[in-house]
Amino acid sequence: MTWIVPYLWLVPALPMLAAGISALLGRRSRATAAALAIGSMAISFLLSLGALIHVLTSHGGDRIFTFNFRWFQFGNEWLKLGWVLDPLTAVMLVMVTFVGLLIFLYSIGYMAHDDNFTRFFCFLALFAGAMLGVVIANSLLLLFMCWEIVGLTSYLLIGFWYHKPEAAAAAKKAFIVTRIGDLGFLLGMVWLYAQSGTLLFFDSGVGCLESSSLTHLVAHTTILGLTVSSAIGILIFCGAAGKSGQVPLHVWLPDAMEGPTPVSALIHAATMVAAGVFLIARIYPLMAAGAPLMSAYAGSLSPTIALQVVTWVGAITALFGALIAVAQFDIKRILAYSTISQLGYMMMGLGVGGVAVGMFHLITHAFFKSLLFLGAGSVIHGCAGEQDIRRMGGLHKHMRITFYTYTAGMLALCGFPLFFSGFWSKDDILRSALTWSVSRAPFYMGAFGALLTAFYMTRQVFYVFGGNNRLVATSHDDPALAAHFEDPHHHAAHHLHESPAVMTVPLVILAAFAILLGFIGTPAWPWFQSFLDGTHTTFAFSAFSGLNVLPVMASSSLLVFCGLGLGWALYGHRPIQSTQAPDALGAIQPSIFSFLSHAFYVDDLYRATLIRLNTWLSKLCDWFDRWVWNGAVQTISYFVVGIAHLDNFFDAAVVNSGFDEGCQGVSRGGQILSLLQGGQVQSYMRIIGCALIVLVLYLLWGAKI
Amino acid sequence: MTAFPWISFLTALPLVGALVLLASGRVGKIFVRFTALAFSLAALAITLFLWLRFDSSSGGLQFQERLSWIPSLGVDYRVAIDGLGLLMLLLTSIVVPIAIIASCRIQEKVPLYYSLVLMLQTCLYGAFTALNFFHWFIFWELSLIPAFFLIRLWGGPRRSSAATQFLVYTMVGSVAMLLSFLAIFLATHKFDFIDLAAMAHSGQLMPAVIDKLDWRRFTPNHLALIVFSGAFVGFAVKVPLFPFHTWLPSAYSEAPTGTTILLTGAMSKMGVYGFLRILLPIFGAQMQEVLTPLLWLAVATIVFSAYAALAQKDLKRIFAYSSINHLGYCLLAIFAVAKFTGSDPSLTTQKYAAMNGVFLQMFSHGLTAATLFWFVAMLEKRSSGLRGLDDFGGLRKVAPVFTGLMGIALFSSLGLPGLNGFIGEFLIFKGSFPLVSWATSLAVIGLLLTALFVLGILQCVFSGPLNQKWIGFPDLTAGERIVLAPVIGLMFLLGLYPQLVLGVVNNTVIQLVQQIKF
Amino acid sequence: MSSLQSYLILSSLLFSIGLAGALTRRNAILVLIGIELMLNAANLNFIAFWRYGPNPEALTGIMFTIFSISIAAAEAAVGLSIILAAYRHSRTTNLDQMNSLKG
Repeated sequence: MTWIVPYLWLVPALPMLAAGISALLGRRSRATAAALAIGSMAISFLLSLGALIHVLTSHGGDRIFTFNFRWFQFGNEWLKLGWVLDPLTAVMLVMVTFVGLLIFLYSIGYMAHDDNFTRFFCFLALFAGAMLGVVIANSLLLLFMCWEIVGLTSYLLIGFWYHKPEAAAAAKKAFIVTRIGDLGFLLGMVWLYAQSGTLLFFDSGVGCLESSSLTHLVAHTTILGLTVSSAIGILIFCGAAGKSGQVPLHVWLPDAMEGPTPVSALIHAATMVAAGVFLIARIYPLMAAGAPLMSAYAGSLSPTIALQVVTWVGAITALFGALIAVAQFDIKRILAYSTISQLGYMMMGLGVGGVAVGMFHLITHAFFKSLLFLGAGSVIHGCAGEQDIRRMGGLHKHMRITFYTYTAGMLALCGFPLFFSGFWSKDDILRSALTWSVSRAPFYMGAFGALLTAFYMTRQVFYVFGGNNRLVATSHDDPALAAHFEDPHHHAAHHLHESPAVMTVPLVILAAFAILLGFIGTPAWPWFQSFLDGTHTTFAFSAFSGLNVLPVMASSSLLVFCGLGLGWALYGHRPIQSTQAPDALGAIQPSIFSFLSHAFYVDDLYRATLIRLNTWLSKLCDWFDRWVWNGAVQTISYFVVGIAHLDNFFDAAVVNSGFDEGCQGVSRGGQILSLLQGGQVQSYMRIIGCALIVLVLYLLWGAKI
Repeated sequence: MTAFPWISFLTALPLVGALVLLASGRVGKIFVRFTALAFSLAALAITLFLWLRFDSSSGGLQFQERLSWIPSLGVDYRVAIDGLGLLMLLLTSIVVPIAIIASCRIQEKVPLYYSLVLMLQTCLYGAFTALNFFHWFIFWELSLIPAFFLIRLWGGPRRSSAATQFLVYTMVGSVAMLLSFLAIFLATHKFDFIDLAAMAHSGQLMPAVIDKLDWRRFTPNHLALIVFSGAFVGFAVKVPLFPFHTWLPSAYSEAPTGTTILLTGAMSKMGVYGFLRILLPIFGAQMQEVLTPLLWLAVATIVFSAYAALAQKDLKRIFAYSSINHLGYCLLAIFAVAKFTGSDPSLTTQKYAAMNGVFLQMFSHGLTAATLFWFVAMLEKRSSGLRGLDDFGGLRKVAPVFTGLMGIALFSSLGLPGLNGFIGEFLIFKGSFPLVSWATSLAVIGLLLTALFVLGILQCVFSGPLNQKWIGFPDLTAGERIVLAPVIGLMFLLGLYPQLVLGVVNNTVIQLVQQIKF
Repeated sequence: MSSLQSYLILSSLLFSIGLAGALTRRNAILVLIGIELMLNAANLNFIAFWRYGPNPEALTGIMFTIFSISIAAAEAAVGLSIILAAYRHSRTTNLDQMNSLKG
């Protein structure tokens, strides 16, 4: 299947082409738009499968296939782009196309009543194309470019219902917060380009992730004693932190739930947010450069600073997200904070355990989280747009398929032992964290987070599906209900129905994967990990007696059962009676509950500090411009105009008047002199006579007579 | 002179059009508009012809015309284009038709308006191709006059003060530049840019200046810096560089939108062109001496103008500040290139990247800014002159195509990959970061702030509930879509295939960077 | 007393009378007569100095005198015509009343 490598570009290009054509279609070509999107995704899926088979069947050391080409030149060099096919790419491609395809199918049912159906599929296809571009990129620049387009489509899709101010604001927030991370990404990228001379990852030995470049990068140190590779890694991690909702750049994710539920499922659960994790996995050689090589199951002796940063941030995020999810009442927000928490786990896994550990959880998470979101969408659809879990309940009777699949996903997320994929992937992470050489704190944070995960998911399931339905009772007398409706075309309130097949079939498929996918990565047969690492493995139960395997399995199972038990005790034991009833946990610990439900007031903190600072700075700059710089110019101009007035005054009053006065003087003098002219001829002659006498006297005076 | 003088012909063509329009007497407005458009499109055709005939493998001066004019003053009529000049010609040729089409709201003294626009086009062509200070300065100064009248006669409520400030401020800078060049002339008896650059390259220029203008009060170094600062002020005001930028927001917002397109699309590039063609080759050594303050100014330009844009409520003022911000990146790269001399290959490749980025950013910013103001013009046409951020709301519902296309232009301004704004900025950052790391790191704040106000525009004007006032807001007509399509298409084309431009200018860039050694 | 002195005394007397007449008479013609007297006194002076001077044979004195007489005659003619014209205009010969050229 080597033919697939030069044609790998089709995988992202086909959905993008579908998006381009859909953009030109009118509002009524719904079927065409959907067909284009789904068709292109299906073909991409088949091509991805082909790529996977190609990588599977290529034995030997070289399992990285690249195709590089020139793009533009500057100076004496050409900037090259390219795509790569290696195990990491292959698994990501298959996951993205498969989950994407299922969500596209689901969207046909979910968005059926929306006016802007065509536009929705156009954006979805564009997103899929860009995400696939991120996956196959062999150049950090190409990855960045597709990364930004992914951010654009996320913006467009979150703000899909643009007439809602909250949606428009949430879209802007998402773009801005991720852009903050992208600033670090850009700086890291240009730094890497400067240091290694290329942005291609793999390029016959001279790529920036290959050994010659890495040795060069490790050899130099920069500020704070970091190696250049770690510094660049941390900068690029900023971008990943933004995209993957790590603390403190997580604030956009919960607000992003303003978008339609398929968007939340695809973008904010399975794929886009995973792009950050994928990025770190992709540049893992850079992040780990300088530290002794590590494998999936043995902790590194002394991990690089970059990986330590990743781990700590991931661990904090994992705990943070789980804590907040405990106190939320919007069905999608619980899942959003859960996603934040799980992304933290993935980052932690990458930091402590390496690519295989983090990626395994990414893949399993993609399936069960999108399942949970689609299930939530089904619930919302069935409850005619209601999203507050206090107003749901009793759906296990009315929406059976949704209930069963949702429970499967929930158990996978909690990490219910043995039969659910989340268990195996989370255990991998916890096991690596346990043996992390720097500190054990991430392990404890992760373990506590696992407990909380089980707790809040149980809470959610009992609120939504357990007991009796609370929606019917209160829908008539609560006008505020209308404000919570997501879907503007809401059905009659008491119409609790299961969703149509086009929505439930993807749920079932995803549930199957949520269960079965775990089995490709168990310690007994770590096929997934070995596929990514390039090692060989066989099926052997003896692996269970390996280092820490059984203790971690036991303790994590214990934590899960504790969480489930607590959840049942507080929420399942006595069914929730009414929408106004206080939350069971909230009744016990109201202050902590309130603090958690406001998400540690992080948003408010940002609003009070950063946003206010920004607004103040912008007003200051504007004020400066208007009054200081402009004022300086105005002052100079007033000064010059003042001189002009002075000059004018001088001209008019001094010079001109002076001249005028002079002329007046001459004139007056003339007038006076003219008095001598009496007009009398004889007086003239008298004067001549006198003058004559005077002259004669004068002449005689001097002469001797 | 055996070859046909294409450049002089191109320069004279819009002037002929202007005279035709002035002499046209009582003809209909439609006829006037079409004639103006026809002349500008003819100029575009000739420019495209030059583009295709240009030999991009050499990168030197081509289509040169040289006539001896006033030998005793060292003045020749010398015009030629290399990659830089050709790029600027092409930009002007694209921006002027856009400006003409966007001026459809002008109803009084229409022939005069369009003839002033065409005169401005001639002056721009002249300034971008002249190689002798004498006629270059003539065109540089002459371009202010049509611009002044365009703002003064057809502008907004505060047009008088804006136009006067624009004219006087720019002219003050030009006077300083004139003094510097006269000083140089007195010393070297040359006005030719290429000769002066060669003298600077061989290190003879400043000693000659210091020798001939022996002011005992100043040290030689200070004298050289004074001469440099005169020329620097002239260009710094034009670009504009902080803090000489305060004329720009009022000039752009008070000018009629068609004129703003010209101001931002082409005239602002005259400043950057001046930096590249004149300041850097001739005064490179002086630039290197004062580099740190210059870098601070460039970073201030980028960051403060973006912050100020965030605080504006008038769409045109936002885009005006955004222009300052984008050109700040160009200046950052130019200063970065001036930092190191010598031929260290790793540094040279960064300089090539930065310089290519400047070229591409100039071109793509001209295109994007012109398109954005064009959209503002269309908005004003539909709203009878309103263009505040808070005047609209939810327009996407009634005008989706308008939203989509303006959104593309806005995202191009933001630097989204796949559109024309990204590669220029990326190359600038890529080239500048190794050379001036801290300045570049601070400059990325500008990217964030640009995203903030661009998305703010999208949110306030197009999203949210539909403002009931605009229920009848018409979407783009078929005619508007047809004329917008090539421009939007060009944005995508440049974003996906920048080699189209870079292939032509690359050798010029190499030569330009090689020349800056002192 | 020599002959010269007596001639000079005569001419100075004539001059003074003429001057007195020109300065004090109201009638314009009488002023003219006074001027003529002054001119003739000067002529007499010329002749006297010629006759009793160093070179009586040369014709210098006579030439001056003849010039002076002819000019006096011309001037009298012109003067009289001016007075006639002025009389026709202002119907009087009283000089005190002809002062329209005053400043």
